[in-house]
Amino acid sequence: MDGGTELGKVRGLGSARAGTHHWTTQRLTAIANLMLLTWLGVTLATVNLSSADAMTRWLSSPFAAVPLVLLVISVFTHLRLGLTVLIEDYVHDAALKLGSLVLLTFFTFGGMGFALFAIAKLAFAAATGAPSAG
Amino acid sequence: MTAASTETAAARPISPHLTVYKWGPHMLVSILHRATGDVLGTVGALVLTAWLVCAALGGDIYTAFVGHANAWYGQVVLIGLTWSILQHTASGLRHLLLDTGAGYELDSNRLWSWIVAILPALLTAAFWLYIYYGKL
Repeated sequence: MDGGTELGKVRGLGSARAGTHHWTTQRLTAIANLMLLTWLGVTLATVNLSSADAMTRWLSSPFAAVPLVLLVISVFTHLRLGLTVLIEDYVHDAALKLGSLVLLTFFTFGGMGFALFAIAKLAFAAATGAPSAG
Repeated sequence: MTAASTETAAARPISPHLTVYKWGPHMLVSILHRATGDVLGTVGALVLTAWLVCAALGGDIYTAFVGHANAWYGQVVLIGLTWSILQHTASGLRHLLLDTGAGYELDSNRLWSWIVAILPALLTAAFWLYIYYGKL
């Protein structure tokens, strides 16, 4: 057996030119999270959101609903990248690793879906004048 | 690692001497970055989603959510998440700076590691004092 892999075997199987995608996306969502979580922290400290009506009033503004939508997307994208590395580092059994990554993917998109639907429901309930939930 | 490679490794000098090191604050902020990130990615994401979904489900359910959040155990979770966010953010900013190639000099690395280890706890205290008393 020779030291390298034959060209015929590796052609088309090399870099997909996506080697830095994980790294750059993690940094990009980190910067987005920094801005959006600062906004959410200031909001939670200054706006009274202790009732469902208050939540509906708050999210009726696009300047609340849209940043919150972006926050959910950015946060879930970032946590998926981070927890992927956690699983790759600590789960060594191949089947368990694959299962964990699948579960993480479901968790990511499931959580994102529920959170985005909830924001949309609150935002549009106010916008259309429909009675707020409850 | 296979049995054969373990035997070979035992007979050789082991580099880079993984068990011989001097503890430093950069190790603390490194493991805190991972630990807080894991907590935020699981507990934090669940709390965020539960907050929004409970609000969308309506008055009684959201009232129950706010009740749990205001109970002592809810406050413990929220204060813990606040510190986790600030700790992860601080060491995240440190990483963004290190990514540029700056901050690797031993003295400045040590100094900023200590700042990153301590400042988030102070900011967490400031945030919650503001929440409880309306002023710092």
